[in-house]
Amino acid sequence: MALGSVRKDRIDALAETANTPEEDSGVSLAASAWRRLRRNPVFLIGAGIIVVFIVVAILSPWLAPHDPADRSLVDQVIKARNQIPAPQEGHPLGGDDQGRDLFSRLLVGSQQTLLVGVLATLLGLAGGLVLGTLAGALAGWVDSLVMRAVDVMLAVPGILLAVSIAALFAKPNLYTLIVAVAMVQVPVFARLLRGSMLAQRASDHVLAARALGVRPRAIVFRHMLPNALGPVIVQSTLVLAIAIIDAAALSFLGLGNPDDKRPEWGTMLASAQGVIDSHPHLAFLPAACIIVVALGFTLVGESMRDALDPKNRR
Amino acid sequence: MLRYTVRRLLQLVAVMAVLSLLLFAWLRALPGGPVSALLGDRATEEARRNLRAQLGLDQPIIVQYLKFLGRALSGDFGTSTGVQTGDSAVEIFLQRFPATLELSVIALVIAVAVGIPLGYMAARKRDSLFDNMSVVSSLIGVAVPVFFLAYLLKFVFAEKLGWLPDSGRQAGDIDATRVTGFFILDGLLTREWDAALSAFTHLILPAVALATIPFAVVFRITRAAVLDVLNEDYVRTARSKGLTAPVIRGRHVLRNAMLPVVTTIGLQTGGLLAGAILTEKVFAYPGLGQALALSFEKRDFPVLQMLVLCAAMVYVLVNLAVDLSYAVIDPRVRTQ
Amino acid sequence: MALLEVRDLTVVFQRRGEKPFTAVDEVSFDVEPGQTVGLVGESGCGKSVTSLAIMGLLPSRGATVTGSVRLEGQELLTLSDRQMRDKRGKDLGMVFQDPLSSLNPVIPIGIQVTEVLERHRGMQRKRAMREAEELLRRVGIPDPRRRLDEYPHQLSGGMRQRALIAIALACAPRLLIADEPTTALDVTIQAQILALLAELVRDTGTALVMITHDLGVVAGLCDEVNVLYGGRVVERGERHALFAEPRHPYTHGLLASIPRLDAPRGERLNPIRGSVSDNIPWTTGCAFAPRCPRAIDPCTAVTPALEADLNGRLLRCHNPVPAEAPVPA
Repeated sequence: MALGSVRKDRIDALAETANTPEEDSGVSLAASAWRRLRRNPVFLIGAGIIVVFIVVAILSPWLAPHDPADRSLVDQVIKARNQIPAPQEGHPLGGDDQGRDLFSRLLVGSQQTLLVGVLATLLGLAGGLVLGTLAGALAGWVDSLVMRAVDVMLAVPGILLAVSIAALFAKPNLYTLIVAVAMVQVPVFARLLRGSMLAQRASDHVLAARALGVRPRAIVFRHMLPNALGPVIVQSTLVLAIAIIDAAALSFLGLGNPDDKRPEWGTMLASAQGVIDSHPHLAFLPAACIIVVALGFTLVGESMRDALDPKNRR
Repeated sequence: MLRYTVRRLLQLVAVMAVLSLLLFAWLRALPGGPVSALLGDRATEEARRNLRAQLGLDQPIIVQYLKFLGRALSGDFGTSTGVQTGDSAVEIFLQRFPATLELSVIALVIAVAVGIPLGYMAARKRDSLFDNMSVVSSLIGVAVPVFFLAYLLKFVFAEKLGWLPDSGRQAGDIDATRVTGFFILDGLLTREWDAALSAFTHLILPAVALATIPFAVVFRITRAAVLDVLNEDYVRTARSKGLTAPVIRGRHVLRNAMLPVVTTIGLQTGGLLAGAILTEKVFAYPGLGQALALSFEKRDFPVLQMLVLCAAMVYVLVNLAVDLSYAVIDPRVRTQ
Repeated sequence: MALLEVRDLTVVFQRRGEKPFTAVDEVSFDVEPGQTVGLVGESGCGKSVTSLAIMGLLPSRGATVTGSVRLEGQELLTLSDRQMRDKRGKDLGMVFQDPLSSLNPVIPIGIQVTEVLERHRGMQRKRAMREAEELLRRVGIPDPRRRLDEYPHQLSGGMRQRALIAIALACAPRLLIADEPTTALDVTIQAQILALLAELVRDTGTALVMITHDLGVVAGLCDEVNVLYGGRVVERGERHALFAEPRHPYTHGLLASIPRLDAPRGERLNPIRGSVSDNIPWTTGCAFAPRCPRAIDPCTAVTPALEADLNGRLLRCHNPVPAEAPVPA
């Protein structure tokens, strides 16, 4: 939400970096950015978190000691006395209020979080790519029209838009959640891509390609889009963090995936609300997972943004 | 200057018109509209048709929109169908607006009062331990979901320590006189000190939760802006004049560094409204955010429509105010 | 006693994780009261760093300044920050290269002049404003009363530089340092600003250190010229003598590379080969050797010392351009 309460300036500044000239020594932007990143502890910590998160998410079905939906500890749950299963042999973190193994649910939950984050980001990117490329490449009235629409969308605070969209589907499920989170990011990517397209249209390498008679479509796809890649990667990383937090917020508002068989950190957090006084760990553990993963993507995104910033190059 | 303001206001009208149309179309185009919400899934086809006719939903969408627009312009946004059934949407808005404004203003004050000095200090001591710690904690501040932070604060300070109240706007046993709807202000105006104090203590936790993200953003932008300005030639000129540190800081560095910070603060007001949805829910705080969350849950379209439009309008108006305040700070904008 | 005595001034920059870089290397020179001294060289030769070191404006972290800078006999390098602040703007004035970026964009010109008067001459705002108006008039800004309330972006480039000069001279400093004051200006404006500086220096008796890469500026203004290369003074002499008979190959090259209208048709320009990045360190010989047309074996083996020739010219060269026989006095 934070970064998502969209800062046009920030988007535009990032877009500008698509047009940074190469250094005299011939070291490319990417290479010099990478050289600085490799020594940046902030980036390394973030990257470490992301790698662990992705590995766990992929391997979670094999890592989890129990079926996350199996209510094997249900006989230890006594609703009236507000009692839930404590940590025990084979269940290192105990069970939740339904008698399911908490540890397994946390592990498998990473998969849903990764899925929602990645799909929402890709969907947002795809939407933004279509709009932004259209506006940036065609200019003229197409540009004006698209950008007006984008600015109107940016005028609505991100989470408000996501909640509106999610709320409008009759029955919330995994896919409505993804669509809602993705829609918020479409205008962000559209503005970013248009900005970097415009920055490049006036640049020498595109002028040269035009002068050589390269077809417009080839210029857009072969010369302009690849150069916009850096800013897009940075923004995507930041958006992944936002998407994960937004998805959790939607689940908290009851607009997430209702499928109980598929644990998801935001939903776990939301369903622990009732027992937060007596069993705070049921809420704190999934929350900690969300925070750490979102922080990982934020750290990587921010340090990449700094590395790409021409002001920091030396 | 005047022409600029007028042009911006016209733009505002255009944005609101487009937004209301989009919102209106969307609300009606998607499944799970007000009819299913009011009658449930098992209603007969005839009951549905009757209700649709009653609500005017059987007419072409453009007609519906124009009717809605006409009523909206005369201040009628319809009657609530779930949040406070029977009350008019405008009434609900007016009733709850002071609560959310009070909360947002205090949150913004916290964010700005802490974020700007910290950002300045971090920039002055660039790469020091203090700088690195503040940068990392501002990044953590952004990564923590607002509603979880709200819960955490409530759990620690209200449930465990019992220092502060956990919900509402004022203690129930206080019979305060209402003047403006802003409870703290009311208490001060009527000299009911216990009412003002109670309203204030009720605000602390939600305001702190709501302030984290704007704080983190204001901090980061201030730090970056001060770093940029410290490298400017005119700061070197100021030093070459032998000016004292407070004059250089106040007159030359901060004033220029404030330009991007002011923009950021404007943009954060949008985030505040969004954050209020989550914070107000956690603290059962009777403001617009709570009403908005409820209107989603109960598919109360008149209220939802009114609140989303108002949120967007506030956001656009604040941004207009930001642009105008730019002219006050930056003569280059003013004299163009 | 000279007004300003710079002795063995050395500035070493050190960034974390990088090799230290010596920007100014044992530079010494004097400025007499009322005298105009030029520091000339290509960008990167250390001339601006020298001026910032004299003003005490180098960052406290990352830059190490050693040697001695005395103003009227008082050592500046050991002064506390507070004492140095009292000197800057009052006894030492400075004019910078880019007048637009050197003036604060959000503060009216008047305030930018009066704040230095209020700071060092204890004037009240009202009196300071009258004084500022007078100062602006003296540097040739028309309608100065109106300009007091205007902002830098409303002034032309030449006018901005005049305002900066007014600020630097507001407290009648003993020494004015001008760092490339005309580089960012149009050619016609350049001449006006130089004429103004010459006039002000003459009228007020302020000594001037002129920092420039432009030999034309030096020729019209300076009494004595120091040529810097790679952070060291390589040649010093009186203006007319130096221009008539440059002896260091670098000075010679600088003069030869200026296009001349009176040159015979068809004659080629003579640029100096290579660039500053070809330098070798002074510790292993002469930094200019790799680019020098007169380089001989010792140039890459023995560090040349700064020594006077028979005419009193100071030179740092193993194989200087031959001089005419000394002129009997």
